[in-house]
Formats: sequence, C-alpha cells, structure tokens
Amino acid sequence: MKELSISELEARFQDKIDREIKIEPNDWMPDEYRKTLIRQISQHAHSEVVGMLPEGNWISRAPNLRRKAVLLAKVQDEAGHGLYLYSATETLGADRESTIDDMHEGKAKYSSIFNYPALTWADIGAIGWLVDGAAILNQVALCRTSYGPYARAMVKICKEESFHQRQGYESLMVLAKGTTEQKAMAQDALNRFWWPALMMFGPSDKDSPHSAQSMKWKIKRLSNDELRQNFVDATVPQAEILGLTIPDEKLKWNEERGHYDFSEINWDEFYQVLAGNGPCNRERVEARKKAKEEGAWVREAANAFAAKRAMKKTA
Amino acid sequence: MSATEWPLWEVFIRSKQGLNHKHVGSLRAADATMALENARDVYTRRSEGISIWVVESNYVHANDPSDSEEFFEPSDTKIYRHPTFYDVPDGVKHM
Amino acid sequence: MNNEALFRYLLRLGDDSLILGQRLGEWCGHGPILEEDIALTNIALDLIGQATSILNYAGEVEGKGRDGDKLAFLRFEHEYTNLLLLEQPNGDFGDTIMRQFLFDAFRKPLFEQLIHSGDKQLSAIAEKSLKETKYHLRHTSEWIIRLGDGTEESHQRIQKSLDNLWRYTDEIFMTDSVDEELTKNGILPDLSSIRSIWEETVKSVFAEATITIPTNNWKFEGGRRGRHSEHMGYILSDLQYMQRAYPNMEW
Repeated sequence: MKELSISELEARFQDKIDREIKIEPNDWMPDEYRKTLIRQISQHAHSEVVGMLPEGNWISRAPNLRRKAVLLAKVQDEAGHGLYLYSATETLGADRESTIDDMHEGKAKYSSIFNYPALTWADIGAIGWLVDGAAILNQVALCRTSYGPYARAMVKICKEESFHQRQGYESLMVLAKGTTEQKAMAQDALNRFWWPALMMFGPSDKDSPHSAQSMKWKIKRLSNDELRQNFVDATVPQAEILGLTIPDEKLKWNEERGHYDFSEINWDEFYQVLAGNGPCNRERVEARKKAKEEGAWVREAANAFAAKRAMKKTA
Repeated sequence: MSATEWPLWEVFIRSKQGLNHKHVGSLRAADATMALENARDVYTRRSEGISIWVVESNYVHANDPSDSEEFFEPSDTKIYRHPTFYDVPDGVKHM
Repeated sequence: MNNEALFRYLLRLGDDSLILGQRLGEWCGHGPILEEDIALTNIALDLIGQATSILNYAGEVEGKGRDGDKLAFLRFEHEYTNLLLLEQPNGDFGDTIMRQFLFDAFRKPLFEQLIHSGDKQLSAIAEKSLKETKYHLRHTSEWIIRLGDGTEESHQRIQKSLDNLWRYTDEIFMTDSVDEELTKNGILPDLSSIRSIWEETVKSVFAEATITIPTNNWKFEGGRRGRHSEHMGYILSDLQYMQRAYPNMEW
C-alpha cells in the first residue's frame, strides 16, 4: 500500500468528521486535534475533581440525613466523572498523573466557577441548579463530539448528572417555600452564582481563539454564546417558578429574537479569576495538591505490595 | 511509570444475565483485586452490572486501523454468507 | 419487654453508623486517588443509610414523635452513645482504614447474628447492613495487608495507627444492663461470642499485614455512657450547625 501524505491523511480525516464518523483512539488524527482534545478533556476532568471541593465542604453540615446522603452521592459522582474523563485522555496517550500535575502547577485550567466559595446551604442548591445546569447544556452538546471515547464518557456523565440539577432545584424550592431567612438565603445564593454561571460557557465567540477549529473538527458542536443564550432562556422561567429574581436589570424577553436579552458579562472579573485571582483559586489547587502528596505513600505501598505478591506467585 | 502511579486497567461489565460483558472504561489499580473493587465502586454505582472483568490495558492487543482495508473489506463482498442472498419462492414457510 | 432498653440499644447502633459516616464524609474530595475517594464515599453512604433506618426505628420505638433526623441532629453531646473509636479524627489514610477495619471486623459478626434477632425490624436492618458491611470489611482488610506489607514507610504508619487506636477496642465489647436485658429477651446475641470472632479476624489480618497488637492494655471507655472525647463537640458543631442555627425549618 502506498504511504499517504499528511495532506491526504488530513483530507480523509476531515471527510470522516464531515460524514459524522467518530474518531477512535488508534485512528490517524492531526497532532493539533489530539492536543486540543487532551487540553479540553483534561480541563473538563480537572473541573469535575476541583468541583468536588466547594460542595464537599458542606457534606459535614448538610441539614438532614437525606440531604447528606444526596450530597455525598453527588460529590462522589463528580469524582467518577473526573475519572471517566481522565480515562478518555489516556486513550490519547496522555498520562493521568502528569495531566494532574499540569493543573497543580497552573499549566492546565479548570472551570473558574469552582473558584467561588460555597458560603451557605443555599449555595449547594444553587450550584446544583445553575452550575450543573450550565454544565449539562455543554455536556449534552458534547455527547455528539467527534472523538469516540469523549462522546461515550459524555453520554454516561449526562445520564448520571440529570439528578444533580434536579436535586439542586428541589433543594432551592424548599427554601423558596420556607421562612423569610430561607428565601433570603436562596436569593443571596442566586445573586452570587448567576454571573459566574454565565461565565462558565467561556469567552464570547469573538474572543474565543480555539473555537473555529474546534467547531470544524466537531470537537465543539455549539458555540460559547449559543450555549450561554440557551442557558439563559432555559433558566429564567425556572427562577420565576422559584419566585427568585435574577440579578440583571437588563434581563428582558426579546420578542423579535425569540430569546432573552441580558447584560454584558464582567469580562474583567472573568479573566482575573481565570488568571488565578478568584476568591478560592489558591485553596482549591492547594487542597488537590495536598490530597495527591499525602496519598503518595499509600499509592506507593500498594504498588510495592503488588510487586511482592507477583514475585511470590512466580517463585 | 513513577513509583506512586498504578497501572491502567480496562473494565468490562455484564449488565444482566444473558448479555455479553461490554467495555465501559478504564481505571487505575495496583493489582487485580483492587481493580475489581475499584471497578465495582466506579462503574456499578447505579446497579449497572452483575459481573465484572478487568484486564490490564497492557495486555489488550488491537489491530492497526491502517490495516482495516485488508482486515475487513474482503468480507464485504462475500454476500453469499447472508440469508438474503438466496431467493426462495413466496409461500415457503419456516425458512 | 422493656422498650427503653431497645431504644437505647438502637441509639448505640445508629450513632455508631452516624458518627463514622460523618467522619468518612470528610474524606470526600481528599482521598489518596480518585478510585479510593469513590470507595470511601460508598462506605460513608452505606453508613448514613444505616443510621437513617436505625434512628428512624429508634424514634418509633421511643414513641415520642422523634424521627431519625431529630435524633441525629438534635440531641446533646452526652445523649450520643457511639463508640469512642469512631469519633477519632481521620488522621492519615492508614488511621482511617484502621479505625474502619477494627469496626467492620465487629460489625460483620454482629449483623450476622442480629439477623436472628427476635425483633423483626432489627433483623431486617441487619440483613441489609450485613451485605454492605461484608464489602467494607473486605476492602479494609485488603488495605491493612497492603499497607502493612507494602513499603517500610507504610508498615510503620499502619503500625502506628494500630498503636493509637487499639486502646479504643475494648469498649466495643463492653456490656451493661441494656445489652443484658436484650440478650435475655432474644433480641441481641451474646457479645462475648462475637468478640472471639472479632479477635480471630483481626489477628489473622494483622499477621498477614506483618503488624503487631500493642502490649499496652489500658483501655478507654465512655462513649456508650455518653462520655466522649474532645473531638465529639467539633463533630457535632458541624453536624448540627444548620439545625441549631435555623431551628424548626424544613430543608
């Protein structure tokens, strides 16, 4: 068989993508496609794992046994989702431990939303409703992403996540129907999480450097701004049912566009938090580093033990 | 691999009696016992399975996708292996 | 038969699950590797589930309108009667595994026998909990062996965990009038029979793990009487925070 040139391989690759044929681990792919995927999937994995921290804070303080169990199960799911995603990056030849080190050293990012603190019990509801709600929109779109293992991980994650948003909304519903203090707590949580939730979709399309190529490769299926608009459109009526007010005076239904109009995001804040200046950036990374470092002796012991047992078997 | 990194394992799960084990993903574990337990904790939290296989990823061998033409296309033309290749008069039953 | 004894026993059983579940929950997000983070949380979930059904039942037996949540969140410290072992801090991963193992090795034979309890509801709770506990014991036994027979460092660490926690184990088998009455009435097994099973389990696992039971035989007790260590107050200030700060609200 004659060797194909890079441009022929690239053309075949793009043709597959255009015909909606999934790319699988051993298939030929452009280096840049591989790099983009590793960056995006590991970033997504780090987000799941760092995302355990703000909610994890509240496990010991959950207000009743049912909520405690739900929160434990939810935060545990995030660990599982992180793991599915690291698995997907490993199919691309990336090594889990070194991708994690990249995050610990600030070379790899995770979703900025987790750099905001979870201050009250209502925040746990708001995180489920808004943060998981935003994540789900993004993830549903990614179920059709062109890379097979990523798409399959997304399908599994979406299935599991559907309870996350519902439990958050349900929990806020109880507060919304509760005492004055509870309502105020719910409103305060919405006030603090609304804008960070909108920022989760990333920079505006016009400022999103990787977007065009990612859309062409069908790694991304919808643009940041499209997803953000979908989120606003879906969430406003949900807030109305809760009887809570979205903290945006310019928020208004636009009959002509068939969408809600909303204010410009504070992009300064977005880039500051991204650059490490959010309220909890340091604590989050430190906590993850500490877990890794303090677990090193455990992982090492398990390897040493396995090696000893394997020796005994062959002896 | 560093001293603190565990090998990668592929996980296969039988979702119910009568079905094949199906690949569901991978995980890290120091040995097979641990791999099975980790698979149980990671991949069957919602009763997805009744039986688990784990295989160290190193031991999975795959064909090279660039060989697919010679591996798989020759069978595409052997349509006589499929029952629809044969004509049977209308009215013939149980066939 | 005196319901008071059954109520008090159920609180002990339920508090053991509750306080240990609360402790394990602190690990979530901080485990030594994601796979083990998930495993520990599964154990925590089982324990919180057990606490829920046991304390709900305790509330029914008491008959004063308290449910599992009221009992879990709104008692004073001296009214909690969990073992001192279970309120000890998580420490390092080895400390947590050792605490869990010493407890699982007791809980498994306990639930095996409670299945035959004359109290139907307790027997049903034991049946469900036994399946969970068998898995916990298997998981923790394996870890004790791995850490004991792993590296020099892990060996030393897990030996130290045992040295620190051993003094809390005698309390597991202490009995008083509550146990005696329930044993007499066929509700509870004789705890001395469970002790020998427990000893066999821990000795064989420690032998494989190449660690040794400390010779210091001074034993602590008090949890069953509501007399706790200093750690308990902090556990409760977390556990009860919402219920105390916002009394009488639904969540």
